[in-house]
Amino acid sequence: MKNHAELAADFNKDEDRVNWHDETLWWVRQKRDKAAHQIDNWELLRETASQIKNNVLSDLSNYLQQFEANAIKNGITVHWAKDAAEHNQIVKEILNRNGIKRMVKSKSMLTEECHLNPYLEQNGIEVIDSDLGERIVQLAEEPPSHIVLPCIHKKKEEIGELFHQHLGIEAGISDPQILTETARLHLREIFITRKAALTGVNFAIAETGEFVVCTNEGNADMGAHLADVHIASMGIEKLVPQRKHLSVFLRLLARSATGQPITTYSSHFKKPRPGQEMHIILVDNGRSTQLGRPDFRNSLKCIRCGACMNTCPVYRRSGGHSYHTAIAGPIGSILAPNLDMKDYADLPFASTLCGSCTNVCPVKIDIHDQLYKWRQVIVKEGYGDHKKGIGMQVMGWTLSSPNLFNTAGKAGRWVIKHAPFAVNNPLNPWYKQRDMPNPPKESFGSWYKNNR
Amino acid sequence: MSSRAEILALVDKNQPSHVDAPIIDMLATVNQSPEIILNTFCTSATNIGSQIIFIDSLDDIEGHVQQRIISPLRVVSPIPELKTFAEDSSVLNEANPHSLENVELAILKAEFGVAENGALWLTEQQMGNRVLPFITQHLALIVDATAIVADMHAAYKRTENADYGFATFISGPSKTADIEQSLVLGAHGSRSLIIFILKQV
Ligand code: SF4
Repeated sequence: MKNHAELAADFNKDEDRVNWHDETLWWVRQKRDKAAHQIDNWELLRETASQIKNNVLSDLSNYLQQFEANAIKNGITVHWAKDAAEHNQIVKEILNRNGIKRMVKSKSMLTEECHLNPYLEQNGIEVIDSDLGERIVQLAEEPPSHIVLPCIHKKKEEIGELFHQHLGIEAGISDPQILTETARLHLREIFITRKAALTGVNFAIAETGEFVVCTNEGNADMGAHLADVHIASMGIEKLVPQRKHLSVFLRLLARSATGQPITTYSSHFKKPRPGQEMHIILVDNGRSTQLGRPDFRNSLKCIRCGACMNTCPVYRRSGGHSYHTAIAGPIGSILAPNLDMKDYADLPFASTLCGSCTNVCPVKIDIHDQLYKWRQVIVKEGYGDHKKGIGMQVMGWTLSSPNLFNTAGKAGRWVIKHAPFAVNNPLNPWYKQRDMPNPPKESFGSWYKNNR
Repeated sequence: MSSRAEILALVDKNQPSHVDAPIIDMLATVNQSPEIILNTFCTSATNIGSQIIFIDSLDDIEGHVQQRIISPLRVVSPIPELKTFAEDSSVLNEANPHSLENVELAILKAEFGVAENGALWLTEQQMGNRVLPFITQHLALIVDATAIVADMHAAYKRTENADYGFATFISGPSKTADIEQSLVLGAHGSRSLIIFILKQV
């Protein structure tokens, strides 16, 4: 299996695309900033959200039972799945019992994490993703590359080609308006004909047993309200204590994600409609383990806004697929090693530790600190990558020793000026695909000596 | 041991010691005049693609609809006052949402609006049928000018004791920017949203 650095190198072969990807995500990040700055008490809002989640995590077993009891009272069937396999099996059984062979699904990163689609397909059940971006990557037989913008790595011409091949439009169409309209017509037919719909869950409320699903497209609602069977899959960390706490999270979520003040639809599902079956699957899949790791449990506060990806200089220039896990970017790099430390040992190293993720996170997860801590755990457990490991150690050593730093700086300036090929040496993983800055004529050290 | 018992036991064992939930009341916007709140609502709603029309009474709606919808396209509404020109959707069978597939315009009453984000809250009761606000090609929502709150904190204060089977905030027409981040209105839900603000008389 290729690691992050190798996959990032693949993504970087197409320089125009990388630049576009980088700039587009940065633009989304700027929209987030603008939206955040319009709220007077934004920082207090973040702090409050973080504290609500602290409370949730500290009392999770109670909240889960409270939620379950209330949901049952509301007429919802509640299932518990300790891992991905059990989740998938529960979905299959619900569908089998109802004799359903075709299901429509709205965005749910959890079902990506559980690899639900391939499992159902192996069992003779067709799944169609209804979020436009997810439908596009599904047609391309790829996983989403971003939790909020699933096909951000694709160009509109490629999407036109996919629609030409699969949805029968003329070749050569790349106008987003026409492509979206094509998908609207295609998916309407799906919504109307599918008897089962699976949705994700953004928030679940212990106090009332209801759950909230946020979309801009309206696809979760179209699927759920037209289907006889609605299945909602959620991680056990999605709870909030009371309905009023949603005010804090709904103010933060869309502003952090795309800079919108709120998503177009924030739908509160409390009871099935008459004649409908409604199921909730509460999934653990490693979350209770993460809860027991004091250094990493904060990652369970994540509300999946994607802001940490949009701002991450590594994500923007390496693409979501380079993380080879369902949830890419900084937060994915904390979540994945919890599930499999060996397979995802490379991910905590796919970061500059610049801390930008931590600064934008609406629930104040200490993302870059956790990445740093994972590195230590991974190296200690013997899963470290030696090449980068040694480079990092040398860097730490020179930075902590001013004399060496001075010498190394002088050497560095000379090397960049006279032997750029040496810096671009493929042995040096940090310089791949990076344009080296013009070397300053003087180092800060000698400038300070001359000018103080 | 069942998965439920196993998960709860693990969570119980691994969760940190109890911390209280914070007080959130101080986050609410205070002391804004109704005029400012209404103005902010109009700005927020327009920014996200909603169209605002002020009306003096429900009778004004027919004229606005006739300018936009060419019969025989289907216009439905559960509001009794609109029966003169709209099909009464309250009689539509809840068990058969598919019968709404070809609705061109649905006109519904919203309980209240939220100034900070232009969203409108409606429950199943106002929808008649849960799928109606989503499946209709175009949506019009009516809200009283006096029923606009400043922010989401005030919004949830208002719904504190409400019971419903389904309810939603709707903010603008459905949209997507999944293709190269170009904004397109009319993803899977309504292609447009008109907000009729009923002025106080
Ligand atoms: S870690 Fe924070 S910034 Fe990243 S997706 Fe989760 S909530 Fe958003």
